[in-house]
Amino acid sequence: MKIREMAYTSAQEMIFGFAKKPVTVANGLTFGNGKVIPEVNFTLPPMDLAHENVPEIRERFKDIANRIMERCVEVQQEEVVIEFEHLFDMTERPDFGAQLTKDLKEVIETYCQSHGIKSALRVTVADIRDRVRPPRMRSGKEIKTMLRSFELCADAGADILSIESTGGKEISDNALMIGDVEGLLFALGVLGPRDMDFLWKEIVSIARRYDVVPGGDTACGFANTAMQLAHQGLLPKVLAAVVRLMSAPRSLVAVEVGAVGPLKDCGYENPIIKAIAGVPISMEGKTSACAHSSPLGNIAAAVCDLWSNESVQDVKLLSGNTPEVFTEMLIYDCRLMNTAIKEKRAEILRDLMVHSDRFLDPQALVLDPKVMYEAACVIVNAGEDKFKQAVAVSRYAYEVLKEAEATGKIRLRGVEAKWLEKIGKILERLPKEEEEFYANVKSRYEGHFIPEEYGLN
Amino acid sequence: MRTLDKLREALIEGKVEEVKRYTQQALDEGIPAKTILDQGLVAGMNVVGIRFREGEYFLPEVLLCAKAMHAGLDLLKPLLAGESAQNAGTIVLGTVKGDLHDIGKRIVKAMLEGAGYEVIDLGVDVDTEKFIESVKKHKPLVLGMSALLTTTMRYMKTVIDALQEEGIRDKVKVIVGGAPVNEEFAKSIGADGYAPNAGEAVDLVKHLTAV
Repeated sequence: MKIREMAYTSAQEMIFGFAKKPVTVANGLTFGNGKVIPEVNFTLPPMDLAHENVPEIRERFKDIANRIMERCVEVQQEEVVIEFEHLFDMTERPDFGAQLTKDLKEVIETYCQSHGIKSALRVTVADIRDRVRPPRMRSGKEIKTMLRSFELCADAGADILSIESTGGKEISDNALMIGDVEGLLFALGVLGPRDMDFLWKEIVSIARRYDVVPGGDTACGFANTAMQLAHQGLLPKVLAAVVRLMSAPRSLVAVEVGAVGPLKDCGYENPIIKAIAGVPISMEGKTSACAHSSPLGNIAAAVCDLWSNESVQDVKLLSGNTPEVFTEMLIYDCRLMNTAIKEKRAEILRDLMVHSDRFLDPQALVLDPKVMYEAACVIVNAGEDKFKQAVAVSRYAYEVLKEAEATGKIRLRGVEAKWLEKIGKILERLPKEEEEFYANVKSRYEGHFIPEEYGLN
Repeated sequence: MRTLDKLREALIEGKVEEVKRYTQQALDEGIPAKTILDQGLVAGMNVVGIRFREGEYFLPEVLLCAKAMHAGLDLLKPLLAGESAQNAGTIVLGTVKGDLHDIGKRIVKAMLEGAGYEVIDLGVDVDTEKFIESVKKHKPLVLGMSALLTTTMRYMKTVIDALQEEGIRDKVKVIVGGAPVNEEFAKSIGADGYAPNAGEAVDLVKHLTAV
């Protein structure tokens, strides 16, 4: 299904806790229906995932889940989502991932029965196709293993299925390193959408078969990589900001083929998709500083429906271990937003969160709901062609940054300003049609990707 | 402006064709290849390094300048005698078994190549056997391992232990990096060094390989 109309009629209409198309999981927990719900993600401390350690890992997982749920009881939280994000071995060995899914679900259900806590389990399968480059996206054994993993996890108790898929990453990694805007467009506007279309039809089919929710996909490996490189001073922030918007048409594909949300947390492009499709979204910001720094701490929460900590490794702190500590932090973040909703002051809180960050960094500026909403309109107006959408929204990102710089809303260092000019010129001279673009760049990236694996010649 | 000044400026601006042209022009003027290397290319890359550290250059500029340097170097190599014709040494890099994260290692690779090292990149999900085989085959000055997961970082020790068992631990310096890794961990597993980012990885390699 190609989306031709916007779900929202204005940016003002978009707010945290409310989505036009709320989603409900099997136990009745609903997302986007007037409440922001915490979503907790954790990872193991240093330990290896060898077969002989599986019993210890299972115990650790159950222990962590128990601690998270116990903390919910202590601070009177009645709704929570646990995200189980696979490490590569957990997808590579589908039975292993499914066993852990089952273990987590059992803990969640126990607390539902004993304390009435409504919880959901999101399982994020790892994209293991990127092991060998150029990767085989459709014909290798890896895709079969991944789909098997989705299937077994859905059967074992997952409520929501997600992934951070990597179609096009074999081009974008190098393109980011050398600041190759055309390479990034090729990855996000040509290869990524094709792979998303292929992959998500499969995931949606599995989700329907097992009556679970097909959540969504994020451009983490693309736009968040850019954000982290910018954070380390390796890339201009203006490029990372443009890449963020450029990634939205690609992530939208999952919804176009049947994903319904909640979209996954690390997709900072999610508000654009919410504006277009009305799906609930998970976001991360200040409370995910345990996993990575970002210039988006408050603004990221402006229109979220779930609020996540991204991931935290299980280590001891004074008040407990990190998973339950971050659960508590998320709960209080959400409680504040939900109180604002209840007291009809949500718009004030939303605007404060936006104002606190938006002019401090180009990447925050493009996360302003007004910018995200306009970007969504640009995508819808560009028609159904993903390349055209990616070009149009990238140009829009450039214009927003340029205007903000010209009016003194943001201050760019000289070297950042030069990069913005350079990006603008590259975007200006792009061909209109994907066919011509592909013909222009194909030989440049030859050997780095396999056209047939994307349905290309 | 003297030809070597023009060469240096062209390199600092990352102008590949101009670097080739001025390198050839310097040779035609009878300037010794070693002088062109030291006062043109190396001097230019030193400025690039400073600009990167001071935030005036990003990675794309550094890589473009490194590409320009190699273009000039290719013209000089046949004329450079002995050690001057060699690269700074060989480095083997890989992301350890169970871990598919690649880009951080690739950036380290690119920065090391920019500094004149030959880098053998073993890719991702690299097991002990492959690391050992590569060390034996390429005899690198440094073996660099990367891990982005708490569940894969301990594999670095497995590789170091295997180097010990094979009797080649003292033949190669081992450095480690990646988000969950730190100096303390590096010491605890018997690595020779840890770098928190690509720039410092190059400094670390230079330090460890200084004669």
